[in-house]
Amino acid sequence: MANRIFASPSPHIHGGESTRRIMCDVVLALLPALAVSTYILGLRVLLITAVAVASCVVFEYLINRFFLKRSSTIGDLSAVVTGVLLAFNLPVGIPWWIVVIGALVSIGIGKMTFGGLGCNPFNPALTGRIFLLIAYPVQMTDWTTGVPDALSGSTLLADVKYNTSLLSEVDFLQMFGGHMNGSMGEIGALALILGGLYLLWRKVITWHIPVTILGTMAIFAACVGATKGGALVWELPLFHILAGGALLGAIYMATDYSTSPMTHKGMIIYGVGIGLITMIIRLWGAYPEGMSFAIFIMNAATPLINKYCRPKRLGTK
Amino acid sequence: MNTLVLTVLTLGVLGILLAVILYFVAQKFHVEEDPRIDEVEKMLPGANCGGCGFAGCRAMSEALVTRDNIASLFCPVAGGETMKSIAGYLGKVAPDKEPMVATMRCGGSCDKRPKVNHYDGALNCAVVNTFYVGESACAFGCIGYGDCVSACKFGALHINPETGLVEVDADKCTACGACVKACPKGLFELRKKWPKNRAIYVACRSKNRGAVVMKACKAGCIGCGKCEKVCPFGAISIENNLAYIDHKKCKLCRKCVNECPTGAIKIVNMEPLPKEPKVAPTAKSESKAEETK
Amino acid sequence: MRTFPIGGIHPADNKEWSKDKAIEQLELPNEVRIPVVQHIGAPANPIVAKGDKVLTGQLICEAVGFVSANIHSPISGIVTAVDSLPNGQGQRQNMIVIKREGDEWIEGVDLTPKLKRECNLSSSEIIAKIKSAGIVGLGGAQFPTHVKLSIPEGQRAEILIINGVECEPYLTSDYRNMIERGEMLLTGVEILMRAIGVERAVIGVENNKPDAIAHLNTIIARDNYRGIEVMPLKLRYPQGGEKQLIAAVTGREVPPPPALPISVGAVVCNVSSAIAVYEAVQKNKPLVERVVTITGKHLQSTHNYMVRFGTPTSTLLELAGGLPEGDVKILNGGPMMGRSIVDITAPIIKGCSGITVLSGAEAARGKEGACIKCAKCVAACPMGLEPYLISKLARLQKWDMAEEHNTIDCIECGCCSYTCPSNLPLLDYIRIGKQTVMTNIRARAAANNNKK
Repeated sequence: MANRIFASPSPHIHGGESTRRIMCDVVLALLPALAVSTYILGLRVLLITAVAVASCVVFEYLINRFFLKRSSTIGDLSAVVTGVLLAFNLPVGIPWWIVVIGALVSIGIGKMTFGGLGCNPFNPALTGRIFLLIAYPVQMTDWTTGVPDALSGSTLLADVKYNTSLLSEVDFLQMFGGHMNGSMGEIGALALILGGLYLLWRKVITWHIPVTILGTMAIFAACVGATKGGALVWELPLFHILAGGALLGAIYMATDYSTSPMTHKGMIIYGVGIGLITMIIRLWGAYPEGMSFAIFIMNAATPLINKYCRPKRLGTK
Repeated sequence: MNTLVLTVLTLGVLGILLAVILYFVAQKFHVEEDPRIDEVEKMLPGANCGGCGFAGCRAMSEALVTRDNIASLFCPVAGGETMKSIAGYLGKVAPDKEPMVATMRCGGSCDKRPKVNHYDGALNCAVVNTFYVGESACAFGCIGYGDCVSACKFGALHINPETGLVEVDADKCTACGACVKACPKGLFELRKKWPKNRAIYVACRSKNRGAVVMKACKAGCIGCGKCEKVCPFGAISIENNLAYIDHKKCKLCRKCVNECPTGAIKIVNMEPLPKEPKVAPTAKSESKAEETK
Repeated sequence: MRTFPIGGIHPADNKEWSKDKAIEQLELPNEVRIPVVQHIGAPANPIVAKGDKVLTGQLICEAVGFVSANIHSPISGIVTAVDSLPNGQGQRQNMIVIKREGDEWIEGVDLTPKLKRECNLSSSEIIAKIKSAGIVGLGGAQFPTHVKLSIPEGQRAEILIINGVECEPYLTSDYRNMIERGEMLLTGVEILMRAIGVERAVIGVENNKPDAIAHLNTIIARDNYRGIEVMPLKLRYPQGGEKQLIAAVTGREVPPPPALPISVGAVVCNVSSAIAVYEAVQKNKPLVERVVTITGKHLQSTHNYMVRFGTPTSTLLELAGGLPEGDVKILNGGPMMGRSIVDITAPIIKGCSGITVLSGAEAARGKEGACIKCAKCVAACPMGLEPYLISKLARLQKWDMAEEHNTIDCIECGCCSYTCPSNLPLLDYIRIGKQTVMTNIRARAAANNNKK
């Protein structure tokens, strides 16, 4: 027969979406923040990111090859995304070998133990970051090594929390542009927002999670600010949204598919939860920043949220 | 010192308190259970395959202990001997059951049954069966995506990559019947298990007319009836253009094998009878010739 | 502009290939094969035998029971066989083979093109005529139309919805019908309104067919069709699904199965079916032909043909210049819900609104990946289900859980598989789940009945 006749159940066409394209989009969306970071903190940013990406990809390949004995999954680029996000969660001065350990925990424990992409209950990059934060607290909060002199010191969140500087001294314009201390990926607020808009436009993420997280944080901060007085009412919400990992977490980490709820209703509950927990840790907890813990905790709640937040069945109320 | 004493005391009191609570809870929620259920469960193979029709070995042993008549209960994995010993333990009568083996009744290998289209959907026989006949023109043959293989808990089935057909490892098969349920084309049958895993069966399920079968597959049963005529035990019947060998009547005499014009009758672990020279081979004279040997 | 409330996708509509091709009368086939099942419900009972002479429009299969449909001979000639022959999917079905001798119609059929608008028949007379003409849903579902129109005791129809959505990509047969046979359509709608006793009918048309909307509106204004409104709907697949269309037009949602559209007072009928109703009631013409689109990017020519049932699919393919080179997928219907055809000798039947030919590359399924829980299928499902979950449950054969997750609501529109970035064959498995759960539910009902 000259032509082969194909047969399959319907549908016979596909929308053209692919996991790889989605992951590519996420990496693309993260590039502006990477550029800002490199511009401010220097070329070491690229080095650390490269180490993180390379080790994530290599670990995933090796685990697939030798432990799970299945065909490689690095082609879907999800390991690249994990690598970039992990790097974005680290201070620029971190020794390279800590980055490799972080990648091993991210991919090895955070992702592949559970069966790889789509099966992990916790965001792999966050798993790596939290592990490092607890295992190497000194290196993970060292915001001075390898940083231009103008920026040395502690993060703004810590400054404000421990009252070494006042909120009224904060320059919001600089926060937008990236002139503040922190992990590599969290300092370029404007770049992160741009990337988020790109993801929204490409329909990689929906607005529900980022908006509810940031909204909850803003409202919570405004309420606290109103009771405290001192700072202008609009300053505290804006400060909390721009400072620390709020944007990075809300737009890129919390929206991780497999660890966030499936329905819009669930996403809103999840987002509100993250916002609340973050603010509670930031204002009253032991750490100056609570984003990663908040996402981690709500990741754990995701299966429960999925169970109770089912989509609205057509024809029911 | 004070701290130490306090700690030991607290923990001790807590322990005693919890133990007391536990004791009362255990009393309150105690369920009386026939101890023989545990014993019978130990005697069963513990495969939890569901081949008996119950949810697992535990459910089966409960049924064995509680029911008066256990003639209808049978564990295909354990086999007749074990069932007898269980019945003896319980003082009941076990049914006599012959060992069985799953048999896949399709001989349409890749070379015998050409593909006429290319399937591009989910690799699952049931999915194929939801919308069309499959890649060959035969609507009854093995689809070859292995629903039965994944249903088999004993690793007794595998797909031969050369023929594209499922093969049964008779030594591993426990006749639990999972494959019979899994195959959407109903190709499996539990047949009598002969010594040395010998077998004779019609490897075709096509109810189509002979001409249609021949067009789709060179190894199919065309319902010609030659085997029916030659069988000395009346074990072979033709229904809907399809021959069926009753495994309860068949004595493995192999006369039918040489009669079959398409080779649809499969013979396993046995040599076929030597072929007679083709001099006016009527069914009767041939069978007589065999007898005189 | 209105549309249905949840889910949906926007596949490229690809209608430009055939939408401007006027309906052509296909040359009558020399031999037809008529399956006795061309509808949902009990197979019709053949009442002719080998050697019988039949006329065009003569009843050859009688409906068995209420949910069933008559089948008429589409040509005149001699019955040469009543035999089990393969359908498009290679499955053998009982078919009547007729060899053509001329085209002699039965008596009483008005074949003149003149529009006959006046209708004074009662509701039950109209439904009886529709039933005897063997009309089924020509949108693809093939549900007997007279069953739909017979409103159950205690319920009342409030609105007639005519489905002119044709949301399925590629297909243009309904569109051509609206453009070329608008008067017949509107008269058919009037008759249907009379049959179910409603004052209002809405023809839902997606806004990618503005000329059809304008054309129908012109006729309505010119010839004074009362109570009929053409409603433009926002382009979105699967708007043509019965429940989706009702929700889009009325804003009312039909409750989950086993509730029927009539529970919200709606009766839905396809555009082509409405024209068939007109022909049956006003012209006494049984359902023996329909408009079939033959389309595809790689075909030499595309057409909209008026085809007598039983014509081999291969005839249409030949007229379109034969199958293109290389791998092909031939579909009975469009690419979202159409069925793969593997045997091109198979006949065109009542539910076949088009033959779509895709190249292997267009239709090829991508490599399956892992579910990344992106929830795109959940967002796309127009029934508000969780396709990723049901699909997995069906794959694991957890039928009870699949039932709890409302598998039987699925309308098999294919939005989930279409949207999945991991190329998972979600619908393939959901379909098994749906079938098994339906079987289980029926078995339970039967067991309950036995107990009583």
